[in-house]
Amino acid sequence: MNLSSKNNEFDIIIIGGGITGAGTARDCSLRGMRVLLIERFDFAAGATGRNHGLLHSGARYAVTDKESASECIKENMILRKIARHCVEENDGLFISLPEDDINFQSKFVESCQAAGIDAQIIDPAEARRLEPSVNPNLIGAVKVPDGSVDPFRLTLANIIDAKAHGAKVLIYHEVVGLIQEQGRIIGVKVLDHKKKETANYYAPLTINAAGIWGHGIAEMAGIKIGMYPAKGSLLIFGHRVNNIVLNRCRKPADADILVPGDTICLIGTTSSHVGFDEIDDMKVTSEEVDLLLREGKKLAPSLATTRILRAYAGVRPLVAADDNPSGRNISRGIVLLDHETRDGIAGFATITGGKLMTYRLMAEKATDLACRKLGIDKPCVTMNEPLPGSRNEEEIPQKKTYHLSDRIKRSTVGRHGDMASRIASENEFNNSLVCECEDVSVGEVEYALGELDIHNLEDLRRRTRVGMGTCQGELCACRAAGFLSEAHNCTQQAKNDLARFLNERWKGMYPVAWGEALRESEYTQWVYSGVCGMNKMEEK
Amino acid sequence: MNMQQYNISDNNFEQCIKCTVCTVYCPVVPVNPNYPGPKQAGPDGERLRLKRGEFFDEALKYCLNCKRCEVACPSNVRIGDIIQLARIRYSKSKPSLRDMMLANTDIVGSISSTFAPVVNTAVALKPVKSVMDGILKIDKHRTFPKYASQTFESWFKKSAQPQQDSFKNHVSFFHGCYINYNYPQLGKDLVKVMNAIGYGVHLLENEKCCGVALISNGLIKQAKKQAKINVAAIRKSVKEENRPVIAASSTCTFTMRDEYPHLLEIENDDIRDSIELATRFIYRLIESGKVKIKYRDAAKTRIAYHTPCHMEKLGWGFYSIDMLRNIPHVDLVVLDSQCCGISGTYGFKKENYKTSQGIGSSLFKQIENSAADFIATDCETCKWQIEMSTPYKVKHPISILAESIDFEATRDLNK
Repeated sequence: MNLSSKNNEFDIIIIGGGITGAGTARDCSLRGMRVLLIERFDFAAGATGRNHGLLHSGARYAVTDKESASECIKENMILRKIARHCVEENDGLFISLPEDDINFQSKFVESCQAAGIDAQIIDPAEARRLEPSVNPNLIGAVKVPDGSVDPFRLTLANIIDAKAHGAKVLIYHEVVGLIQEQGRIIGVKVLDHKKKETANYYAPLTINAAGIWGHGIAEMAGIKIGMYPAKGSLLIFGHRVNNIVLNRCRKPADADILVPGDTICLIGTTSSHVGFDEIDDMKVTSEEVDLLLREGKKLAPSLATTRILRAYAGVRPLVAADDNPSGRNISRGIVLLDHETRDGIAGFATITGGKLMTYRLMAEKATDLACRKLGIDKPCVTMNEPLPGSRNEEEIPQKKTYHLSDRIKRSTVGRHGDMASRIASENEFNNSLVCECEDVSVGEVEYALGELDIHNLEDLRRRTRVGMGTCQGELCACRAAGFLSEAHNCTQQAKNDLARFLNERWKGMYPVAWGEALRESEYTQWVYSGVCGMNKMEEK
Repeated sequence: MNMQQYNISDNNFEQCIKCTVCTVYCPVVPVNPNYPGPKQAGPDGERLRLKRGEFFDEALKYCLNCKRCEVACPSNVRIGDIIQLARIRYSKSKPSLRDMMLANTDIVGSISSTFAPVVNTAVALKPVKSVMDGILKIDKHRTFPKYASQTFESWFKKSAQPQQDSFKNHVSFFHGCYINYNYPQLGKDLVKVMNAIGYGVHLLENEKCCGVALISNGLIKQAKKQAKINVAAIRKSVKEENRPVIAASSTCTFTMRDEYPHLLEIENDDIRDSIELATRFIYRLIESGKVKIKYRDAAKTRIAYHTPCHMEKLGWGFYSIDMLRNIPHVDLVVLDSQCCGISGTYGFKKENYKTSQGIGSSLFKQIENSAADFIATDCETCKWQIEMSTPYKVKHPISILAESIDFEATRDLNK
């Protein structure tokens, strides 16, 4: 192991602050490596934060991809243990509707059982009792151990633990070049977006965990990975319609999963190929919105009359199986590429494919490879070691007489698990709310600003849920910008950031801007331009 | 198919656009920092409760159910209903003995009327008051309304009922607990006025307390039972006997019209329009020319009208106000519409006393500066609160009308 004390030298450089990069950074640092993680925007800003947040039981893949299915159920059980505060144990139903082939059900259940998934056929009446929102016309139902997982929390918990074990984490830093020497990658050239400066960092091994953007990273080394960006669009509804995950019991198709997550529920997804030129600016089309609603209401009819908060899309990093670069054999399995053996370029590996669900396994495989390369002999412990937030049972007061602070505590524990003990809640000010829809207190915002690497309101949103509620920033964004301005001691920057944040919120509302959502956004605009004069500010 | 035109939210709380005007109008917010306010307790809290019931906040009990939030809301969100329904669905705290006693106005009323002199003297005694304060947590500052020794119903059956069939028009009268047990005189005034304008007054076949206090104290099962009995009796009166139902209390009226369907899930669509407040009923008869009134000559009287919260919610304050304005010798001032703070049984509870008086304080100040001879209002609990908290007497508009009418001349005009 390299014991150099230079501050730009590491054992391993990980590119990408999504769940794969965060998980790999944690595993590597737990196994004693000096880790540098580089992310061009923020944690979970790409595909990690743009999916269902479904804690797959694996049932969805049981029939078509047994390997993925058994990976999912194993990781599912591990996450329930190590990431309790990120997971909701909701269970899931796979329902058959009159238009579906009920004979698929028995094959489905058999495949689930073969993959180790506890799938049980239940009576449609029982399904209606368990989940009153379910389509009452269902003709069959199978109960599986699905759940929900919050990808932002999960990523953050991995980052916090990686840092606690010595990892250095740079966000808003973009890899602009790979440093090559005699056919091996010895480091990366990094642009600091805040300071607009570039710097070099060195390590004997660089791991590309940049998701779909990893395609471009690999190209910097002249390596071609057969990646196919597949766009998936989703709709977020204003509140929870269901408390159990609803799926269709048929071959995976569009818009056939409805996941309850925190205060909302999500229907998705669509699937369409997009060009690499589009991956930084995904737009949800009105055809996609129609499709999602049309299919979604077959799962839960009340979706048709539930307010939609926003629409968004993510890009799946699908990879063609390595021996078949034509792209016909696209796998959703984990792909670990050792570019030394594959392309003759040492010091470089890519971990991609996979799913949010299997991030830990992906990290384990990548770290195992790193250990082999760096001559480290330490076993992986991440399957047993709880993440920060899920280590201790944080007590929520259950008194009959209650206090404002109890309510705030309930919300902060829900988001931060045992880390909530770091959130100030002694006085009225700490307990006053920044975000009223999601119950985010001043104490929580200050904790996030102080300890969780926050550069802007988007970062704050991903750490706390500020701005994720019904008002989409109408009341909270302005307050949060005030705290940001104080923390960074710069009013102008916070004002610009506020404008950016509101525009980003609008981007998600635009595809669904009708009815109450439109009224509310009009009101928001009136508040910010009419009352706060933000339109004038933009002109300056 | 374009789905957008069909996706319109059925969820009333989703119509909230977070403008927060409800919280501005909430009387509790400025005086009790532990109450999260209608926006947070209502539509905001509803999302959290739908996530998990444990997000229910017992602080919702501080809601007065005054519905001023609903009056203020520009988006038609039934904020007060959302809060009350959340209490019904999620609250784990059980009603105490005190709550049951306060809520069961007609059971307690019928016992107390029987022993009226004893009860009235006893509850006014200092030692009794401090026992009620200490053990029952009924605040010692409160004055209990006196119980009458003869209920309105027994007076009516003995002294008024026989004549009622002789009139050409007829109404049923929902007297409510207050008139029956505490203040039969108001009921007598109403019968006198209605008879003078040519209307016979009848009791409903069966009348139970409207249940407002049962609802606010969480005794929903019982409230439903009583509501069903009332609705059946009202339906019979309206549909079979062709008699609309009038009441003197704005809260009873509001409860039977709106709380029954919204909170107790008891449909009243077919009869809701026939449940009316007496002042509105009379005012509309006068306005349409169907009824004429001859007023007595009397000295100028300055009266200040206080609009009860549920009157505001009904949107009917206007009728009482204009009915009083039509009385030639009345000089009417209308007080700012604001909650007096008592909200039925709420203000009797020791833990709410401070909040209750805090809410009312600006109203009390305005009353003291009004230079009125007395105060008028359509709500009995507002009357108790104002009489306890200011030096002023409070009268019901129907009683004021009864004092102002030349009965013989009016009777002749409406023959």
